[in-house]
Amino acid sequence: MTTTRAGKRKKKRLYLVLTSMTILVLAVGLVLTALQDSISLFLDPSDLAASDLPDGQRVRLGGLVVDDSFVKEEDGLTYRFDITDGAETVTVIYKGSLPDLFREGQGVVVEGEINNAGPFVATEVLAKHDENYMPKEVIDSLKERGVFQHTGEEEENI
Amino acid sequence: MIVEAGHYALILACLLSLVQGTFPLYGALTGRGRLMRLSAPTAYGQFFFASIAFGALMYAFIVSDFSVVNVAKNSHTLKPMLYKVSATWGNHEGSILFWALILALYGAAVAFFGRKLPKTLYVKVLSIQALVGLGFYLFLLLTSNPFERIYPFPMEGNGLNPLLQDPGLAFHPPLLYMGYVGLSVTFSFAVGALIEGRVDAAWARWVRPWTLLAWCFLTAGITLGSWWAYYELGWGGWWFWDPVENASFMPWLVATALLHSAIVVEKRDTLKAWTILLAIIAFSFSLLGTFIVRSGVLTSVHAFATDPERGVFILAFLFVVIGGSLFLFAIRADKLQPGGLFAPISRESMLVINNLLLSVAALVVMFGTLYPLLRDALTGDKITVGAPFFNLAFGFLMIPLLLVMGLGPMASWKRADLSGIVSRLGFVFAASLVAALAFFYIAGGGEMMAAVWLGLGLWLMAATFYEWAERVKLFKANSLKRIIRQPRASVGMSLGHFGLAVAVLGMAGSSYWGSEQQNIMTYGDQTTIGGYTVTFEDTRGITGPNYTAVRGIFDVSKNGEAVTTLEPEARLYMTPPMPTTEAAIYSTIMGDLFVVIGEANNKAYDQWAVRLYYKPLQTWLWGGVAIMVLGGLISLSDRRFRMGTAKKRMN
Repeated sequence: MTTTRAGKRKKKRLYLVLTSMTILVLAVGLVLTALQDSISLFLDPSDLAASDLPDGQRVRLGGLVVDDSFVKEEDGLTYRFDITDGAETVTVIYKGSLPDLFREGQGVVVEGEINNAGPFVATEVLAKHDENYMPKEVIDSLKERGVFQHTGEEEENI
Repeated sequence: MIVEAGHYALILACLLSLVQGTFPLYGALTGRGRLMRLSAPTAYGQFFFASIAFGALMYAFIVSDFSVVNVAKNSHTLKPMLYKVSATWGNHEGSILFWALILALYGAAVAFFGRKLPKTLYVKVLSIQALVGLGFYLFLLLTSNPFERIYPFPMEGNGLNPLLQDPGLAFHPPLLYMGYVGLSVTFSFAVGALIEGRVDAAWARWVRPWTLLAWCFLTAGITLGSWWAYYELGWGGWWFWDPVENASFMPWLVATALLHSAIVVEKRDTLKAWTILLAIIAFSFSLLGTFIVRSGVLTSVHAFATDPERGVFILAFLFVVIGGSLFLFAIRADKLQPGGLFAPISRESMLVINNLLLSVAALVVMFGTLYPLLRDALTGDKITVGAPFFNLAFGFLMIPLLLVMGLGPMASWKRADLSGIVSRLGFVFAASLVAALAFFYIAGGGEMMAAVWLGLGLWLMAATFYEWAERVKLFKANSLKRIIRQPRASVGMSLGHFGLAVAVLGMAGSSYWGSEQQNIMTYGDQTTIGGYTVTFEDTRGITGPNYTAVRGIFDVSKNGEAVTTLEPEARLYMTPPMPTTEAAIYSTIMGDLFVVIGEANNKAYDQWAVRLYYKPLQTWLWGGVAIMVLGGLISLSDRRFRMGTAKKRMN
């Protein structure tokens, strides 16, 4: 009895291992396939200027919205504005609704596809952080370019 | 003075947790009854002092005592009282104190309701619970003291982020934390059992209600957050795969798996080591979730806190708790006696598949959430993993899960007859397939996946109903009596699965058949969406308690008959100055009409940017989750879980 029971237990374990492996292999496959189209690289305007990425590559672009660069097109729904990191400036075109926290002089991250021929066409504008908080990538990028001004806002601002 | 008393109470709670975590544990390991008796009183005392500390902080918020840094940073005299109170847990320090308080509350609850547990297990569980609490108290006192004073103090506070000033969000964190921290009880039971080297059906019967309770809170908390994002952020979406959302979703997935594997331990006395492991992982994900949200290591579009220094403490804490418990698991797991055997086709196997799929799904979500961090550390590339990744990878894992969910309850324990199940459910499967295709055709096509989700939702709904009907022998003699006499745990299971089916249909409807418009509208303009005719009538200026707003007036009609008037607002809060959009939503069982008013398009203020969404079956999503939670609560009231019953069976 004990031998058959042990045998059964081994067999059960084998089934379990096989099922787990199948599901894991399936999941790894899924993860790798799904990753290909959904990763976007974060760039700042200088990176973008220096990049040799092909047209159509999805990226996120982050920086400060240049003061007085914000223009609304005739249709009332398309916006044009410049994003800078202090060194380089990129013009962005975006059609859609802007988030509540979008403002000139503030940090912003836009997502879209590389368009080497003309302005950056954004499909999404992410500025959903609160009024003190800059996107971390933007702070890092500004620090790197040496234009980050420590306002003290991101710490104790009383 | 009251604030200092709170600070003092916090230190006392910290010391009591140290006593509770060490002496009784030592007593249990060496068989000293006197030391073991310290367990319960210290647990109650710790809860008492943690409540005083939290109460003192809440008092400082209510009276707007701006000499406390935390109050000055997060409150304002003009804020409505509800948000003064909710601001207590709406910030980093307060939320961690709240964590510690709930941890102590659960500890005291276990001390009270678990009096009939075997003495050594009781003491060990309470000690582990206290040691986790000790970590949180130290974290508070060393890095995030909520009672810190400043001098000179400001006359007015900074105010709370206006996005957070919403009833939905006032109650989202408490529910979520009740869920997160509830998993600590399961964790303490798991580690306690590992030290004891014993897991049996009685253990599972103790653990299940705590897991179930945590699961109900977690489900409600996550959904409340999602609902808040839906109506408050005005993006018309309800889930964004944002790291902060994933942080709460990962423990939910593992807790759901745990809920099911604990059934196998209880009924069949097998899968013990796996269940222990799941309990450890579930709480680890809770801690990881706190770490993700609180340390700001991940760049999230709605991270409300950023402070890497605290991250180091939490990282070390995570290492000790997760590493320590996994190490204990590695050396003790083989002590657990392997239990009953089961065939590849059986209820147990179905539950194993459920567990594997849910755990792998949690891993996938974890990978997508942490991959940007890993890539940044390894290559310096800054990347984000977008929603399409999660939708594809996670979505695909849910397809077999929903299929098995229909079959599982039909399978008998030990060895099930697959052909029998297939022949009984074949008709249900075919019918839901046909219904899905018919709906798909009527709705005018769309993406292939829409039909898949529709079909899966209908399948699960029908299969769950069929299984219930078979169980109560519906339409046969005395079926009413059988319906009433069903064990509550079975009723809970049926409701839980049925609720998920309803929610899946809601997700499919709102994701695949929704429509969206962005218009510039002038007074008198009309537009049609989702069968409704929306007329932009007017705008009005509004002054609220701490904001000014523009309110749009939209008349809604259907087939020429007036339905309702929607009044979305664009608010501008004063402290801190920040615009928010208040969507107006008209909900029916068929779908939600969602109107958002943006900014004026011209200087004359007669043209406005207006966004309209129609989300079919959106209410099904919220309703479905509500049914799931209801199922959980009914299951929780099952008499097997009532105190005392477990004891009798154990003897």
